Amino acid sequence: MEALARAVGMIADPEVLLTILLSSVFGLVVGFIPGLTATMATALLVPFAMFLDPVSAIAAIVSATAMAIFAGDIPGTLLRLPGTPASAAYVDHSYRLAMAGRAGEVLGVNLVFSALGGILGTIVLVAAAPTLADYALNLSSFEFFWLAVLGLSCAVFVVGDNVAKGAAALLFGLLLATVGRDYTSGFPRFTFGEPDLLDGIPFVAALIGFFALPEIIRTMRAPDADGAKPVAQAARIFAGMGGAVLRWRWNFLRSGLLGTAVGALPGAGADTAAWTSYAVSRRMSKDPQAWSRDSVEGIVDATSANNAALSGAWIPALVFAIPGDTITAIAIAVLYLKNVTPGPSIFLENAHVLYAVFLAFFVANLLMIPLGWLAIRAAVPILRLPRKLLMAPLLLFACLGAYAVDNSLFGVGVMLACGLVGYWMEENGYPVGPAVLGMVMGRLVEEHLMTSLIKVQGDLTRFFERPVATALAVFTLLVWLWPLLRWLRRAAQRRTA
Amino acid sequence: MSMRITRRATLGAGLASFAVGGKALAAWPDRPITLIVPYPAGGGTDIVARTLAPLMERELRGSINVVNRAGGGGITGHEAIARAQPDGYTIGMITNDLSFYTHLGQSRLTHRDFAKIGQTNEIVGSVTVKADGPYRKLSDLLDAIKANPGRLRGTGAAPGVNWHVGFLGMMDALRLDPRSVIWVPAQGGTLGHQDVAAGGSEFSTSSLAEARALLEAQRVRTLALMGDARAEQFPDIPTLKEEVGIDWTFAVVHGMGGPRALPAEIRTRLGETLSKVHASDEFQSAMRQRTIRAVNRQPDAWEAILEQQLNTYGRLLREAGLARG
Repeated sequence: MEALARAVGMIADPEVLLTILLSSVFGLVVGFIPGLTATMATALLVPFAMFLDPVSAIAAIVSATAMAIFAGDIPGTLLRLPGTPASAAYVDHSYRLAMAGRAGEVLGVNLVFSALGGILGTIVLVAAAPTLADYALNLSSFEFFWLAVLGLSCAVFVVGDNVAKGAAALLFGLLLATVGRDYTSGFPRFTFGEPDLLDGIPFVAALIGFFALPEIIRTMRAPDADGAKPVAQAARIFAGMGGAVLRWRWNFLRSGLLGTAVGALPGAGADTAAWTSYAVSRRMSKDPQAWSRDSVEGIVDATSANNAALSGAWIPALVFAIPGDTITAIAIAVLYLKNVTPGPSIFLENAHVLYAVFLAFFVANLLMIPLGWLAIRAAVPILRLPRKLLMAPLLLFACLGAYAVDNSLFGVGVMLACGLVGYWMEENGYPVGPAVLGMVMGRLVEEHLMTSLIKVQGDLTRFFERPVATALAVFTLLVWLWPLLRWLRRAAQRRTA
Repeated sequence: MSMRITRRATLGAGLASFAVGGKALAAWPDRPITLIVPYPAGGGTDIVARTLAPLMERELRGSINVVNRAGGGGITGHEAIARAQPDGYTIGMITNDLSFYTHLGQSRLTHRDFAKIGQTNEIVGSVTVKADGPYRKLSDLLDAIKANPGRLRGTGAAPGVNWHVGFLGMMDALRLDPRSVIWVPAQGGTLGHQDVAAGGSEFSTSSLAEARALLEAQRVRTLALMGDARAEQFPDIPTLKEEVGIDWTFAVVHGMGGPRALPAEIRTRLGETLSKVHASDEFQSAMRQRTIRAVNRQPDAWEAILEQQLNTYGRLLREAGLARG
């Protein structure tokens, strides 16, 4: 209790509050610019963190990343250009609704549910960090393998109307995921002697290419086409949000918790959380027709999950110094730098610092509402500009983002190549979403499959040896067999009728 | 554009005058120095660089920008350092990953392509097992390996790089066949230790620094260190020599370097500055905090070690059937 009082005192310090405000604005800008990710926002903050006290330093990272993940939704909705990879899962969906004149509503949903998702994730973090971290520590490659397979199975739900073409796109993504050093032998695959490809195709650059470039090319080829209709009054983004929160409360709870859990797994971050909950949303929706046509349900789920995942990632980071995602990997380094050693002892030695960090999570997520509103107001006039004018700066941003990943021109080349491929795919009815999902999940599935196979020297039966792995395996197989079981049941009913 | 030409012209003039009388050296650095880190932000190399940069800025009265050039297992960034203009405005952190690339057939880069400014630190490898497992001492683990060839699983790195080579060297010194252990690839040392804690593998050879939080949580036990001395943070953990009497040591080594043709005057000035800030309390305590061992070897001594590693690691990788080059 004394520690909590001290923590409140630490956060209420005007200097800390100012740090939170400034890094929030910084996070909004970084998240808004496609290609600059929340991870990069964190990396850019490190030099400043050196001069701050530990609480301010962590609060800066927390607020900048939360804002960045939300801000990524704005260009995603308005321009079909995901500001961060975490928005990629539902960018098509948001953009389609925005084109139908519902940009204000979609942005309102993004803002409100991002903030709520972040708060839910923080509550879980505060309440269950030690227990959850303990649990996560018992997972090995077998469990991760089944989780990754489950994630890949989600692709079934995002392939779109033409299953064959969607599957082809997914396989193409999986093929791209095989580029780079072979995980088990270290041998380079499909790199053509190019060292820049040793770690695989640069993901962020490819992502920008796949989503942004086709839209730019299309607009330039048909310059008279209408863009999203302007939002009549940006101030009205909150209209109907109270009703939306009530209506989607169960979706929000489910996706917030799912997002937190995904975030807490080492190696899976906000982007995986968004993909997973988006897919689950489609599967569980009571009205699948409306879901894919004009409902914001899928967006609610995904946008809650990616912000919740941010908080979730801190669970293993604080308790075991094992990063839940790339952001916390940097944050752990900053903690060490500030003489705060993450680990179980942090709950004893530095309890007040820990509480202050938790408070910073709440402050940042609450601050998101007013600051996000301002950001949307600032961004919406973009839609009034002729679309053709927008494309040049957009291309510039895309190049900048692709370059910034590794400070290398190679990323720009990858972005352009993926963009041309993406354009060709979309012109011929192949969705790009499954290709990107394949790139994300392909690596995870392969890594954990190969690691597990090496451990058991090829004996597949031992994939079911560990209890948690077995449970996950059974669940995965049930998901796969579900359509078959339903069909069998229906056939049986028909026969009795 | 014109700005750039002027700058290059000034630079050329600067270099020329410096070749004549070393007069321009007084002016170096008159613009920001770029310190390339060939690994992502937040990693061990990055932390060392970002701790050093502000301290060296103070001494040099100039600014140093830390730039991460990750990708390609460090090859891309190392190449950028080796190919930079040797004008003292682009230097970088280099690591003993340079002792692996050529043997694995990934790049021709070795430490010989760099001018050494000075070693900064080393991160010592370990032999770490599950805390509540059956192995209390290193000899328990080794006995189990001998009794069950091809059954036990070791982890901590991708095959052929850092902690795996640490493992290969230990087995070689013990005259044991490295193939009697299944090597499980891991995406980094921390995840290797975590797999051991989760019971996925029997032991990991990644660093003590990466095991620290799990050690304090009593989820893993470190049986031995691959260093030549005990770690001051964990005085109870013996070295390999104390445990089983072998001389093998293994650490990931970081240091500062530049392109081969870096002018000697600038190299000396950087080296002296590095040594000075290296001795400061700020640097020493930052390293201690992360269980990183601060070691400031001077260029010649460091170079000798890197040359010896290049040969030893090459032999180990050839014997393990991993070399292609």
